Amino acid sequence: MKAAGLLIVILTGGLLIYATADFPPWAYPQSPASTHVSPRYIEKSIEETAVPNVVTAVLADYRGYDTMFETTVIFAAGVACFLLLRIRVEEGPEEQLFRHSLTGMTIRIKDGRKAPSDLEEFERIDAHWVPQDLIIKTVCRILIPFIQLFALYVIAFGHHSPGGGFQGGVILGASVIVLAMSHDLRSSLQRMGEKVNALLCAAGVLIYAGTGALCLAMGENFLDYGILAPLFRCDPVMARSNGIFMVEIGVGIAVMATMIRIYNNVSSAGRYDEGL
Amino acid sequence: MTQLLSEILTKYNYWIYITLMMIGLYAMIAKNNLVKKIVGMNIFQTAIILFYVSIGSKKGGTIPIIKHDHGAASHVVHAAEYINPLPHVLMLTAIVVSVATLGVALALAIKIYHRYQSLEEDEILAQIREK
Amino acid sequence: MIWQLDLAILTLVVVTAVGAIYIKDLLGTAILFGAYSFLMCLLWSIMGAVDVAFTEASVGAGVSTVFFVGAVFRTTRRTKD
Repeated sequence: MKAAGLLIVILTGGLLIYATADFPPWAYPQSPASTHVSPRYIEKSIEETAVPNVVTAVLADYRGYDTMFETTVIFAAGVACFLLLRIRVEEGPEEQLFRHSLTGMTIRIKDGRKAPSDLEEFERIDAHWVPQDLIIKTVCRILIPFIQLFALYVIAFGHHSPGGGFQGGVILGASVIVLAMSHDLRSSLQRMGEKVNALLCAAGVLIYAGTGALCLAMGENFLDYGILAPLFRCDPVMARSNGIFMVEIGVGIAVMATMIRIYNNVSSAGRYDEGL
Repeated sequence: MTQLLSEILTKYNYWIYITLMMIGLYAMIAKNNLVKKIVGMNIFQTAIILFYVSIGSKKGGTIPIIKHDHGAASHVVHAAEYINPLPHVLMLTAIVVSVATLGVALALAIKIYHRYQSLEEDEILAQIREK
Repeated sequence: MIWQLDLAILTLVVVTAVGAIYIKDLLGTAILFGAYSFLMCLLWSIMGAVDVAFTEASVGAGVSTVFFVGAVFRTTRRTKD
C-alpha cells in the first residue's frame, strides 16, 4: 500500500510539475487570470455598488448565486452532522457525577436514578473534570462579550475592511464554543439551546434567499439589489450596498449556528451532555 | 544555465504547492488511520486553495480594497494597481465549506469508532470480513 | 512581497505538513495541523489576500483545530502509523 501510494504520488507530482512549464511566471501582472473579468470588477465595483472592498462586492453581488449555494452547503453539512451523530440520551446506561462544592466530595448516580437537583450545594460535573480552572473561567467570561462585539464589527464593517459574513459568523460561533470549553457544554446549551440553534441555522439561509426573492417580487432579477432602493430610501447604488449587508447578516447567522451545532455534536458524540 | 535559473526563480512557488498537494494525497492513500486521512484531505484542500490564491497575486499590486474619499468618488481606478480579487472570493467560500465538510468527516469517524472500537482501516476491514 | 520571508514560511508549511502526517499521536496531529493552518494564513496575508487570510485564521487555525481535538477526545489518541 505504501509503495503503491508513493508511486502514484511521485507520478502525479511529476506530471503536475511538468505542467508548470506552461504556466505564466509567478505574480505576472499580464497573466490570463488577471486580464479578462477581474479588471471589470476592480474598476466598476465602487461606482456600481459603493463598496470599496472588492472581495465583498464580488462575493455578495456579482457572484451572489455562488455564495448562496455555498451557504446552503454549510447548512446541509450541519444537518448531516446532526443526523449522523445525535442520539437520545435515554438509551443505554447513564452515569452522572455530582460534586459537593463545599467539601469537594463526588457522588455517582447510576442508571437514571433521581439526581439531587433540588440541592444547591451539588453541581453536575463531567466525567473528565478538571478542578483548577478558575483563571480560565474568569478570563473567558470577561473576553466573550468583546469577542462577540468584534464579530459584529467584522460583519458590519466588511464593506470597508477585510471581513464579512463568513469571518464574523465563525468568530460569533467561536465565542459560544469558548464558553462551552471553559465552563461545560450544559451551560452553553442553556444560553443557546438546540432548537434555537436549529432555527438560526435555517433562518440564515432564509434571510439570504429571502433577500433574493424580495428583489424578484419587486420586479427585478433574483438577487439584483438595485430595485430595493425605495425600501431603504436611497439611490440604487447605495441600495446595492445595503442589500449586500442584508445578505452578509444571513451568511453570518447561518455560519455561526452551523459551527456551534457541529461543535456540540462532535465534542459530545451526539449525546449533548458532556462536552470537551 | 541562466534560463534554467530564471525558470526556477519564477516557478519555485508552484513546485512547493505541488509538494504540499502530494503530501496530502500520500496521506489520503497510504495512511492507515482515518483521522490521518482526514488531515491529508485538508492539506490537499489548502494546497489547492493556496494555488488559486497565488494565481491572483500581481507584482506591484496592493490589496483589493479601493482607495476612496467620501463624497468625491469619481476618480479613475486602474486595475493594475490592485491584485485580482476573483480567486480570493472563490477560495474564501471554499475554506468555510472545507471546515463544514471536515465536521461531517469527523462525525463519520466518531460513528465508525463507536461501532468498531478502532480508527485503523485494516482492523475495521478485518472486523467487517468476519461478519 | 519579500521572497525571503515567503520562502521561509513555505518551508515551515511543508515541515508542519509532514510533521502532522508522521507524528504517532493524533492530538499532536491536531495541534500541528493548527500550526499549519496559521502558517498558511501568514502566507496569504503576504500575498495580499487579506480576506482569505482572515478566514483561514478564524476557521482553519481556530475552529477546525477545536473540531479535531473534540473528535480525538471522543475517539482515541493512539495510531499505528
